[in-house]
Amino acid sequence: MSAPLISLQGLSKSFQGNDAVKFVDLTVDKGEFYGILGPSGCGKTTLLKMIAGLEEPSAGRVIIDGLDMSPVPANRRPVNTVFQSYAIFPHMSLEDNISYGLKLKGIGSGELKKRVLDMLDVVDLKGLERRWPDQLSGGQLQRVALARALIMQPKVVLLDEPLAALDAKLRETMKYELVKIQKEIGITFIMVTHDQQEALSMMDKIAVMNEGRIQQVDQPNLLYEKPKNLFVANFIGSANCLMGRVAKVEKGRTHVMLADLNQEIIAFSCENFKVSDRVQVIIRPEKLTFQDIELPSNHEKTINRVSGKLLEIIYHGGVSTFRVGFKNKNLKPLIVSQLNDDQQTKDGYRIGSHVEVCWRLDAATLVPVI
Amino acid sequence: MLSDRFRAKNENSRKVFLVTFLPPTIWLILFLFAPVLIIVVYSFSQKVGLINIEVNWVMDNYWRAADPLYLKIFAKSFYIAGTTTFLCLVISFPVVLAITKIRQNWKLIILVLLMLPFWINLLIRTYALIAVLRTRGFLNSGFEWIAAHLGLRFEPVQFLYNDTAIIIGLVYIHLPFMILPIYAGLEGFDETLKQAAEDLGSSSMQVYRHIVFPLIRPSVFAGCMLVFIPALGSYLTPELLGGTDGQLIANVIERQFKHANDWPFGAALSMVLIYVTCGVIAVWLLVAKRKKS
Ligand SMILES: Nc1ncnc2c1ncn2[C@@H]1O[C@H](COP(=O)(O)OP(=O)(O)OP(=O)(O)O)[C@@H](O)[C@H]1O
Ligand SMILES: [Mg+2]
Repeated sequence: MSAPLISLQGLSKSFQGNDAVKFVDLTVDKGEFYGILGPSGCGKTTLLKMIAGLEEPSAGRVIIDGLDMSPVPANRRPVNTVFQSYAIFPHMSLEDNISYGLKLKGIGSGELKKRVLDMLDVVDLKGLERRWPDQLSGGQLQRVALARALIMQPKVVLLDEPLAALDAKLRETMKYELVKIQKEIGITFIMVTHDQQEALSMMDKIAVMNEGRIQQVDQPNLLYEKPKNLFVANFIGSANCLMGRVAKVEKGRTHVMLADLNQEIIAFSCENFKVSDRVQVIIRPEKLTFQDIELPSNHEKTINRVSGKLLEIIYHGGVSTFRVGFKNKNLKPLIVSQLNDDQQTKDGYRIGSHVEVCWRLDAATLVPVI
Repeated sequence: MLSDRFRAKNENSRKVFLVTFLPPTIWLILFLFAPVLIIVVYSFSQKVGLINIEVNWVMDNYWRAADPLYLKIFAKSFYIAGTTTFLCLVISFPVVLAITKIRQNWKLIILVLLMLPFWINLLIRTYALIAVLRTRGFLNSGFEWIAAHLGLRFEPVQFLYNDTAIIIGLVYIHLPFMILPIYAGLEGFDETLKQAAEDLGSSSMQVYRHIVFPLIRPSVFAGCMLVFIPALGSYLTPELLGGTDGQLIANVIERQFKHANDWPFGAALSMVLIYVTCGVIAVWLLVAKRKKS
């Protein structure tokens, strides 16, 4: 196990008493496509700027490749940034923008030319080198910003919502482009985004952030399957949440009493809960079903079932979502998501009819309530 | 039917045109083009007798203006206006940088303070400057007071009635014209451009040299024009603060019109000043353009 490339230790920043970033500890390995995901205003940009040295931390340290970066100013850190607004120099041609950093380093014109051409090839901007920034499209500007950072061959490239300013279609293409370039070049990327789809599909590892704190760090699939708290569950995809109390703990299984429904359910759980702990039961909409899929297996219960009334069906094309309400009108309706691949889902349900909603024991995640 | 509507619409837009464009056009013709045209005509005329002017399209006045005596005054006017512009530029930059750095609610106060002198008549401001600079003025009294406390002998310094006094006066009067455009250019400056340059390895000096200065060059250019052109044609300041040889071209022109009563020659000098000013702007613009590409 080699040492991490970047480690943040208790990194904090407050602006006139307002904490923007609070005690962030993170480690990023070499070659990783690392994501920082969080809602607008949660401190993502501030965190990136502290790594780049453009913002002074109030407390904590940034360590890159074993070196404490505290005394190193931004212009001498082995880090380059793709800014949220791209920050392309408007008075320089595309070529001058890309080569700006290398010229400062005093790279000779022969090598400079070669490296710029190589980089134009990587970001697919060949033939545009004489263009001015106001003659480029948004997607092209974004690639100039990326090229300007990559050509410096830094240890880390920081990307601040690089796709946010692009239209939906272009965003989709650039998503794969970015991942491809990162894997090709092998430079570590730390990318900030508030778009969970973007994060899940692009990144090797994601740190979810809220109100300046890291909520959970995991691989995308674990983040989705095993959220550590309600914020993460709700922020990544959508989630149903039921409140309950632990009634009984067996090996690997936890019985939860749902007081609102006056019913007990069972969940697999790797966390150690104690009887009468308050917990939230989190279930993804697509893990809920109306079909009774209980298998007759040696007397053990393998499925949970709650009943309710079908309130609404929303057709989305490939899938439909169903809202199922409970007798207790104060409870939030369950959201059930089903593939529209069989006739039954289309015809079998009438709004207002009584339905049974089922889920397998391993489908739910238990989250402690603090 | 259709053509009727078209005509009505046309009629309407003609009225709009007349109402919005005619008054300023008439104003320009009456008060700018006509006087300049009269001056042009005068500059090719000749004075006959005491008050009569004969329009006979001669170049005599221009040949007279080419006399070394007047060329020297032109050169001096340029030198003083140029020095004034340069000093305003050098003083403005730190001032503007300081203003952009202070807190928002203080900015407004400082900007109002900068504009405040405009509310006072130029003549009064110039006399106030005389009160400060003369041999028994505030500045000399201040020095004297300090010298007395240090036990030194003090001879009052002659600040007034020389070229330095003219430059001090012109800088004092024109400084806001330099500060305001540069402030406008720097205030809206995109901070992330500076950060991007720093991120790519620029020192803070290089950030200013490579990014900030080139991008606010139009504002600086506007400021220089706003200072240089009025300074070149300044009349009151050299008249009141300059010495006996402290005549700038505007003073000479004024004398031709008033004391010498030689309108054709005054007109010729005025035209030369206009040509030269336009020439300077043209050259400046060309240089600025060349630098960009
Ligand atoms: N220079 C500053 N002065 C004062 N407060 C600031 C400053 N910069 C950021 N903040 C505050 O810090 C918090 C975090 O800001 P930050 O820009 O890091 O958010 P973000 O996660 O990048 O948001 P977004 O997704 O909208 O870009 C915000 O509440 C913001 O108002
Ligand atoms: Mg941001």
